[in-house]
Amino acid sequence: MSSSVKWDWSLANEAFPDILKAFLEVTLLVTVAASILSALLGLVWAVALRELPGPLSKVLGWLLGVIRMTPLPLQLLIVTYGIVTPQGWLAHLDGPDQLNHRLMIIGIVVFAVHYSTYMAESYRAGIESLPKGQWEAATALSLPQSRTWRVVIIPQALRATLPSLGNWAIAMFKDTPYLLAIGVIEMVTQARQIGGDHFDYIEVFTIAGLIFLVASYPTAILMRRLEKKLAY
Amino acid sequence: MPDLSSIAPAGVVETLQDHWHTLLDGLKVTLELSVFGGAVAFVVAVVLGLAAISRLAVVRTVSRIIVEFFRGTSLVVQLFVLVYVLPQATSVGSHPLLFCVIALGLNYGAYGSEVVRGSLNAVPPGQWETTTALSMSWLTKIRRVIWPQAWALMLPGLNNLMVMLVKGTAIALFIGLPDLTSVGDDLRKSGVDAWTVYGISFVLYYLAALAFSAFLRHLEVRAQRRLGIRPSKVKTAQATAEAVA
Repeated sequence: MSSSVKWDWSLANEAFPDILKAFLEVTLLVTVAASILSALLGLVWAVALRELPGPLSKVLGWLLGVIRMTPLPLQLLIVTYGIVTPQGWLAHLDGPDQLNHRLMIIGIVVFAVHYSTYMAESYRAGIESLPKGQWEAATALSLPQSRTWRVVIIPQALRATLPSLGNWAIAMFKDTPYLLAIGVIEMVTQARQIGGDHFDYIEVFTIAGLIFLVASYPTAILMRRLEKKLAY
Repeated sequence: MPDLSSIAPAGVVETLQDHWHTLLDGLKVTLELSVFGGAVAFVVAVVLGLAAISRLAVVRTVSRIIVEFFRGTSLVVQLFVLVYVLPQATSVGSHPLLFCVIALGLNYGAYGSEVVRGSLNAVPPGQWETTTALSMSWLTKIRRVIWPQAWALMLPGLNNLMVMLVKGTAIALFIGLPDLTSVGDDLRKSGVDAWTVYGISFVLYYLAALAFSAFLRHLEVRAQRRLGIRPSKVKTAQATAEAVA
């Protein structure tokens, strides 16, 4: 058995380009696209929670809670097999590449909606942290509600919220292997396939883990710095 | 099964009648993973959190490295290392449930240690100074003065993490461990309507997460009552975001 524990440089060298390619083309793309989308959606939820009439706001809050408290892999499966497949969007495709692209789009949407529910909480905390005087001053100046949000509340709340949004984006990044649930070939799945071909998994998972660490740790440090800098 | 036909759509009732055994077995695995994973995570969080505020720089550094390692490399990668590399490198054999519990425990324990560390640091310095002035031993100081105050502060953060851990148990799907997501996926592949079977799983996950959350909330209220304080809940989202990044 001991021979199989040895680190195999030739396998590591062979596997690295493929794993990196899957990282850049799938993992990173999904993370960036879903982060931007969820930051926008989260803001929409946070504003809607305050602006909608009481009962509607309650219903929205409850829905966001349900999405936040159920597993992403299950949500990916529901959307793929419950909504998209019956619509025929995944049938009659030109090849595996097109299928992978469409599954990736599903992944981006589901990740964005899931994490937007967390980001909405962060926005809400940022909005609540503003002194009441800001709202009162806007009323005193008879600013319309939409301008109050746009030029007074959101720019200030964003200061308190930005590091938190970044942290959720990092959390999302590390959740991208969940795409495996619907068969998207992202970095970790790619690593597992190469490992399976060689009956040797040490090198491929070390590479995948290191890529996660190298990409997420500096970003996390950056967010901590940003937070200190932006704090009032 | 009791008759549910009056309150649920027909497909749901039939699916439940035919497959409730399978779904119940799946739920059992999910709950086992949640309870044992949560217990391991809690122990890891407390040990690493206490180590993070140690006076010895070596202990702090080791704790920091372990925490950043398990936070930085994805949960799924950690699970795959346990499931694929460990049996290859040693003779421990294959134990999917145990490996899943360990992966969940280490990953969420590392996140939790940030919550524990933050809460210990948030106990006012005067409290620490007083214990020194009274020359309390480390154990007495932590157990009787610091911990009860930090405990009330850390519970909202731990609550959020516990909900995330319950959701995280769905990684069982990737190693073929028959949890709720896994058995649902198998039923769908065998021809059961996707909406029905995933819908049932969805509701069960939601109820499980609510139950764990309510339990921790109960502990929080109790801890607050014992201290006669009521800490603000506003910062919870930020604290959790920092811990999981």
